[in-house]
Amino acid sequence: MSDVVEKTLTALPSLLSLDSQTVATKLSSTSKLGALIRGITELRSKHEEEKLIQRELASLKDQVSSPHTSMRQMKEAMVRAIYCEMLGYEASFSYIHAIKLAQQGSILDKRVGYLAVCLFLKENHELLLLLVNTVLKDLQSTNLIEVCMALTVVSQMFPKDMIPAILPLVEEKLNHSKEIIRRKAVLALYKFYVMAPNQVQHIHNKFRKALCDKDPGVMFASLHIYLQMIKDNPEGYKDLTGSFVTILKQVVSGKLPMDFNYHTVPAPWLQIQLLRILSILGKNDKHSSEIMYEVLDESLKRAEINHNITYAILYECVKCIYTIYPNSDLHEKAAKCIGNFVISSKINLKYLGLKALTFVIQQDPKLALQHQMTIIECLDHPDILIKRETLELLFRITNAQNVTVIVEKMLEFLHQSKDDYTTIDLVGKVAEIAEKYAPENKWFIETMNTVFSLGGDMIQADIPNSFLKLLSEGFDNEEENKKLRLFAVDSYVSLLEGETRKLPQRFLQVIAWVLGEYSHLRTDLDPAKVMTLLSKLLDIRQISSETKTWVLMAMTKLCSGEASISKAQSVCEDYRSSSDTVLRQRAHELQLLSQDPALRGQLLPLHRGSETLEVDFSLSFLDAFVSEALAAGAAPYKPPHQRHEELAQEKALSLEPYELSLPINMSSYSVSGRQSPTLMSGSSGLSGDSTELSAKGSSATLKLEGVKRVWGKEGYLSKEDPVEEVAQVETLSPLSSPNQPPGAGRTLSNAAAPSETPEPQQEKLQLASSLFVGLSLQTSVCLMGQPEPTAQRFRRKAKTPNSSSSALPERVSVAPVPTSSVDNMLSHDPLEATSMLPEVTHETILPPNTEVNALLIDTANSSPSPSNGVEIPFETSENEIAKTPKHECPVRSLPPDLLGLPHTKITSLCSSQTLDVSACHVEKDDSVSLLIFTSNLSDSDMENIHFSFSTEQLQVSLSSERPLHEILKHSNAVCEYSLTVHAPAIHFQMVGTLSYESSSQSREMEFSYKLPLSSFIRPLVISTEQYGTHWLDFSNDTKQNLALVSEGQDPLTDTLNILKRKLGLHVVEVIGLEGIAACRLAQDQPCLLHCRVNAGTLAVWLRSPVPKLPDCLLYHCQRVLEET
Amino acid sequence: MMRFLLLFSRQGKLRLQKWYTPLTEREKKKIIRDMTTMVLARQPRSCNFIHWKDLKIIYKRYASLYFCLGVEREENELLALEVIHRYVELLDKYFGNVCELDIIFNFEKAYFILDEFLIGGEVQETSKQTINRCIENSDMLQEDDNNEWYEVELFG
Repeated sequence: MSDVVEKTLTALPSLLSLDSQTVATKLSSTSKLGALIRGITELRSKHEEEKLIQRELASLKDQVSSPHTSMRQMKEAMVRAIYCEMLGYEASFSYIHAIKLAQQGSILDKRVGYLAVCLFLKENHELLLLLVNTVLKDLQSTNLIEVCMALTVVSQMFPKDMIPAILPLVEEKLNHSKEIIRRKAVLALYKFYVMAPNQVQHIHNKFRKALCDKDPGVMFASLHIYLQMIKDNPEGYKDLTGSFVTILKQVVSGKLPMDFNYHTVPAPWLQIQLLRILSILGKNDKHSSEIMYEVLDESLKRAEINHNITYAILYECVKCIYTIYPNSDLHEKAAKCIGNFVISSKINLKYLGLKALTFVIQQDPKLALQHQMTIIECLDHPDILIKRETLELLFRITNAQNVTVIVEKMLEFLHQSKDDYTTIDLVGKVAEIAEKYAPENKWFIETMNTVFSLGGDMIQADIPNSFLKLLSEGFDNEEENKKLRLFAVDSYVSLLEGETRKLPQRFLQVIAWVLGEYSHLRTDLDPAKVMTLLSKLLDIRQISSETKTWVLMAMTKLCSGEASISKAQSVCEDYRSSSDTVLRQRAHELQLLSQDPALRGQLLPLHRGSETLEVDFSLSFLDAFVSEALAAGAAPYKPPHQRHEELAQEKALSLEPYELSLPINMSSYSVSGRQSPTLMSGSSGLSGDSTELSAKGSSATLKLEGVKRVWGKEGYLSKEDPVEEVAQVETLSPLSSPNQPPGAGRTLSNAAAPSETPEPQQEKLQLASSLFVGLSLQTSVCLMGQPEPTAQRFRRKAKTPNSSSSALPERVSVAPVPTSSVDNMLSHDPLEATSMLPEVTHETILPPNTEVNALLIDTANSSPSPSNGVEIPFETSENEIAKTPKHECPVRSLPPDLLGLPHTKITSLCSSQTLDVSACHVEKDDSVSLLIFTSNLSDSDMENIHFSFSTEQLQVSLSSERPLHEILKHSNAVCEYSLTVHAPAIHFQMVGTLSYESSSQSREMEFSYKLPLSSFIRPLVISTEQYGTHWLDFSNDTKQNLALVSEGQDPLTDTLNILKRKLGLHVVEVIGLEGIAACRLAQDQPCLLHCRVNAGTLAVWLRSPVPKLPDCLLYHCQRVLEET
Repeated sequence: MMRFLLLFSRQGKLRLQKWYTPLTEREKKKIIRDMTTMVLARQPRSCNFIHWKDLKIIYKRYASLYFCLGVEREENELLALEVIHRYVELLDKYFGNVCELDIIFNFEKAYFILDEFLIGGEVQETSKQTINRCIENSDMLQEDDNNEWYEVELFG
């Protein structure tokens, strides 16, 4: 049957295309659309067009609202409405008719109706709700075309809240007999996953089925979902690595139907999608990466045809190779491949080559050396985009030696660029490298001056902030501090003496602050002169009132001496009655303080340290004031979200579909106490958040302490490489002086330069030598983190013991002993060998040459099906890792004070011959403790032990009374850290580093630890009344239907009991078919759960003041219920 | 992921627009204006890519028509260029030697083809035959009567 259809189908196009063409031309001559289009082309002015379209729209409006218009006419009218909208004229009156057309029209009308809906409406448009029913009906239709259309519209736009209503129907379509329906269903689910991940959690298994679908199109569609899911949680899908590799292998060797070829390249989109997935899976994972090497090699080899699409694949391939665990052979091939890109005469390829190079040199800066001349040429390329990309590349290879040249190039570009976005981005980069590698004070201040004046007022706020912070906090050398500040003062005084009108506000603010704070350092500078300069600023017309307040503040700090005070007085006169209240306040302050030097000295001492200010975010000092005001009858404060919610409640429309609805039984809650200010006030929480944000903002800048080289030709470069290199740096150190004429560096930089060269070439060579000067020495430079202690002038004072900068000097003293943890794993770990074995056999099972279909089924067998044995290799290896330490390190027991508490199994984090680190976590009442057990298995003592952790979502603090410093030979030690949640996540992944010294050699070991959110969940005991008040206060919520568990009589109680037992929720009350429960994160962040039995499922609604917490908790609830 | 696809003529007249993320009318108009001015102002022999805000714009000219695709930063530019090319191939196959007029007068068809090729900003189907078959199947209905058994028959 299907064969017959196939034949008729292939015969159709020729017939049809002829047909449609004639119809098209016929239509265009007679139809109204044709007339409209022709009418527009004949017009001469924009004004005429406007008139014509307005007329057209008016007639359209009449037509669509007339009851006599047939669906066919309606369809035609809709097409014209789409056209008008495309020209930029609004036709909102037709939106509702588009929906009607989709609802009521015959199939062909429906198609236009759906198209119009997609083009007119946005995801959150309220009219879309009217579409839900139509979509539901069409999804259930027996007509395949209708189903297709419904799925198409669903994956383009669908209201998020309505997903549950159609989800079961879409899910059902995954088993449809036609591949096109299956494919569209998968894509619709992908869209749902992007919009609301937890809605589709329960169908993850079905995605696996789609991945093994016999139709390559369906399999390809499922890769979209997998890429997304793997991005979110790479650990969860490692078992699929083998399958992805197998699929890629089959694609690369051309086993897919010809139909999927694109310009003779087999399924390029599929290949690229797979390469992206593999690069995520293989990142920092040696085991998974090893499975990939062969197929990556194959992909590089196969891509020979000279076509854009092969280069696109090659680019992804190179990126993948440099992302996963390194393989020297592949690196070499990939590097060669990049070379072809960069030297290509095709400009698109050159661009992509630069991009690839930028990506790769982060790991291997030496590669830049091979292409220096090309890079130099690209710097002068007429296409601005190429230039920009080249600067990006240079940014990545900046070091203390080449910083001046690179900054100069960047500023040159900035002077030409007109695009704001590029300016802001580049200015930020200049500021970053200038601060990091500045060779001297003068250069630094001047560069920053250019940054401020070029960046204007669009500059990122953290640039002036961190610049001022740097000036005020200073660095370790007090003398240098003073010099830098003095230089800034001098530079700004001379700037103010010149033309000030053009200076951006942000820059003026910086100037005002610096002068106010530090001009007293320059003893020969008369404060009155500075006062005059500053007051002149106030007269500029363009100056903003914010800047004026900065200036007034500076004057307040400065006004000492007769002349200054009189100046201050006159300024006060001007601003005392300003309409800007802040300005007025500053003026009053200035007046008062200028008259009272004693008070001023107390308030604004000259030599203020950088001691941190204690800030009371809860504003508790205002409590008395608040209670007084309340007593006097003032309205209590409501946090913004609550106000917003109350407003919304007044006019909200219930958006729930009826059968799934979750009516809140308001009567059961008491509303009385909801405005009490004593309850968890959102305000203090909010202000707390904002400070965290700003703190993050300042530390968020990239720290690239010298471009670190981790991978080399021989693979991973263990951190303690040759000593000779170290010596070399010292002998060559005169070179690193930035004032060195570029010619001098050339002799050292690269021998590739031919001896006799024409003039312009000579120039380029000079430039090359000054640009790439640091790189030839890079090996030594990066190995030690810093080439010489003074290279980074402005090293901030170390604040925390585990900040990276403070850890660096220790590494400088590294001596060459081959005991990096990685090396050990490579050579000695017996686990690697055993765990590899099953994989290998698994590979050989696959028949090398099979038909496509059989082959894809093979993929299915080879892993994704959940009951299959393929997951076993992964598991066994994990188990073995867990077992091995048991032989080696005998004693690992919890400290006595933690013994009674629930804790997890002790798992091994990393181990070598000499050291074993394992950990477990203990759930305390108000926090979670991470216990790290370290066993010293070697014959020498470990000293200077230091753990550092990097995790974004958790806060880690040492909680043992005595920090661990040393472990004697053959003994164990425990270190306890307390963890608190910063931002909720489903799982928390911590990456830690252990550094220590053993036989006077510094070493480091990395490990990672993962713990679920549920470890942080504690019951929250509250009454139903309290629950009711909190419920309304909390703004973050999520809803979903979960499966009910029925063990005994009452499924609701059973289900709640399981949640109570496994997640530690406190069940507040069960009333009939509804139940409420409460819990909190360990440090008192509550989350409330409301559930209701509804047609065999449990409708769950979670609310919390903490963003993301409800979503994450919901995930765990679902997991727990599924497990039972 | 792709953010939008615009087709416009050498005179800067918009011929087709498809947005894959929700934007306000004002944002859309701004993008259309920026795209037409930026792309039309490009010098010959520059590369086919432009940076625009946090997006990358990939454009290509076919006869009198510019195809302009906005993608996220981490996307592969060459691949995006081939997405455009594949779309042109699809149009060409459907219309038979496609020209700007075909797209002007039958823009809804161009949208239908696009919806079978790209969906929600991702490539949906890369097989040329499959896409064409799908469009043609639906077209049959348009030109023919609407007997339901007939459609079912078509899909097998």
